[in-house]
Amino acid sequence: MTAVLTRPDRERVHQPRSRPPRHRLSALDNKVSPYLFVAPFFVLFGAVGLFPLLYTAYVSLFDWELGADETTFVGLDNYRTLFTDSQFWNALFNTFSIFLLSSVPQVIVAVVLAALLSANLRARTAWRMGVLLPYVASLVALTIIFGNLFGPQFGLVNSVLTTLGIPPVDWQANTFGSHVAIASMVNWRWTGYNALIVLAAMLAIPREVHEAATVDGAGALRRFFSITLPMLKPTLIFVIVTSTIGGLQIFTEPKLYDPAGGSGGGAEHQYQTVVLYMYQSAFQQLDLGYASSIAWTLFLIVIAVAGLNFWLTRRAVR
Amino acid sequence: MKRPSFVVYGVLAAFVLGSAFPFYWSYLVASRDNSVLTGDFTLIPGGNFWSNATRVFDTIPFWKALANSFIVSGTVTLSVVVLSALAGFAFAKLRFRGRGVLFLFVVATLAVPTQLGIIPLYMAMAEFGWAGELEAVIVPNLVTAFGVFWMRQYLVDAVPDELVEAARMDGCSLWRTFWHVALPAARPAAAMLGVFTFMQSWNDFLWPLVVLNADNPTLQVALEKLQSGYYVDYSLVLAGTTLATVPVLIVFLVLGRQIVAGVMQGAVKG
Repeated sequence: MTAVLTRPDRERVHQPRSRPPRHRLSALDNKVSPYLFVAPFFVLFGAVGLFPLLYTAYVSLFDWELGADETTFVGLDNYRTLFTDSQFWNALFNTFSIFLLSSVPQVIVAVVLAALLSANLRARTAWRMGVLLPYVASLVALTIIFGNLFGPQFGLVNSVLTTLGIPPVDWQANTFGSHVAIASMVNWRWTGYNALIVLAAMLAIPREVHEAATVDGAGALRRFFSITLPMLKPTLIFVIVTSTIGGLQIFTEPKLYDPAGGSGGGAEHQYQTVVLYMYQSAFQQLDLGYASSIAWTLFLIVIAVAGLNFWLTRRAVR
Repeated sequence: MKRPSFVVYGVLAAFVLGSAFPFYWSYLVASRDNSVLTGDFTLIPGGNFWSNATRVFDTIPFWKALANSFIVSGTVTLSVVVLSALAGFAFAKLRFRGRGVLFLFVVATLAVPTQLGIIPLYMAMAEFGWAGELEAVIVPNLVTAFGVFWMRQYLVDAVPDELVEAARMDGCSLWRTFWHVALPAARPAAAMLGVFTFMQSWNDFLWPLVVLNADNPTLQVALEKLQSGYYVDYSLVLAGTTLATVPVLIVFLVLGRQIVAGVMQGAVKG
């Protein structure tokens, strides 16, 4: 390292005084290159990320059929229809219901799992890989498999329930049942992943804090609730914020849960989520204007919820 | 530190078994006929897997879908890693007017759900004649705000300012400084970003479903076509999901240790 650092100094001393073209080129390089380096990101992100999102707001002000030659400006009519559309409110309810059923148990189990993983285990990495296994599975494949496991007639879950003497549940027709089934896919996929994030935060807690508490006579359980849990707060909030942003946009699971249910999210839309409703409106009913008003409303909800989360984080960390 | 009791191992083992079970179930159903689903319950695989797999190859363009998925995820990953490293290097190590504001913009867009812009995106792709083509799933994913953020955070500490200065004094252009100094130093973070980007792209479903068709699908879209229809032949469909899972499982067995490390360093969710 020192060799690298001293060489340029020496060179500067011996440098001939006049090399104007090179210097000018170098000055230009200094000035322009940084912008050229960040430009690809901004240009591409603007063109394919931000612009479509903003243009969605514009489309939502029109009566805009897919493939139609003419579009009619209708102002806020799509939103007026949307706010009195029971299918939209139903989809919003389903989205939040599935989200709560998947986030609350998930965080609790992830913390417990992280506590177990933080023990001085043999073959530590193998256990960590084991709990992360679901994360790498293809979401489409997994949804299809879970759809089969939760099948109302011949599904394994109902067979097990019957064997245990519990009456089987119609995991598709029953609103709450379908939400539980879909939430269980989300939980299955993300719990191990979140456990590892929590584990990383747990391992970062200085050992002295635990030792001091042990000396003061605090038991393992007491230490967990009085030291570990409070120190995990920022991480837990991070986990909750990221799962909120993803959870409100859930699509694949309800779309593929029951092939017969299709984009309607079941015969009674009992598990249709907001993004699924947007998909149905845009690409099956071909009503791009209305679908855009759904997308834009959900966008505002996501931003509001993320903002609320952020505000809570700041307060909690302080 | 003393070793934990067998109870801890027992609970963890139960959890890992639960994690692995759906994979096994998928193979189990795929290796028998549909009788396993109609009461003839067993956990022992049968011998029908290859005949069911052959039916998968007859029903959907499986190999084409697999190749498409590799092309799409490979291109997207390469682009995200290189462009993120480039922008990350500029944000971490170069001084230029507007750097703070521009980086703030990157951070702010981390949480923006760009997925909700697919309607205009679809209109644009139809306009360009890209609907049904792989360009339509590649181009919108060439950069991510997360990638830029991730590489910047890594490069701030990984490359000493003196090293960049030194390279400049030696007459390296900024591009060569990036290529010969920053990029080699960024290799661990770039590898991690690559693995996560690849998996995310591999699993992407909503947008490919919208813009691709059954003749030229990615693997995920092809699987969906296998399942759609009123009557679902599960030994066929789950043979498809098993085949589609094998490549990711191989990747996981080879790179599992790195993936675990990446998640624990605070990687973001797909």
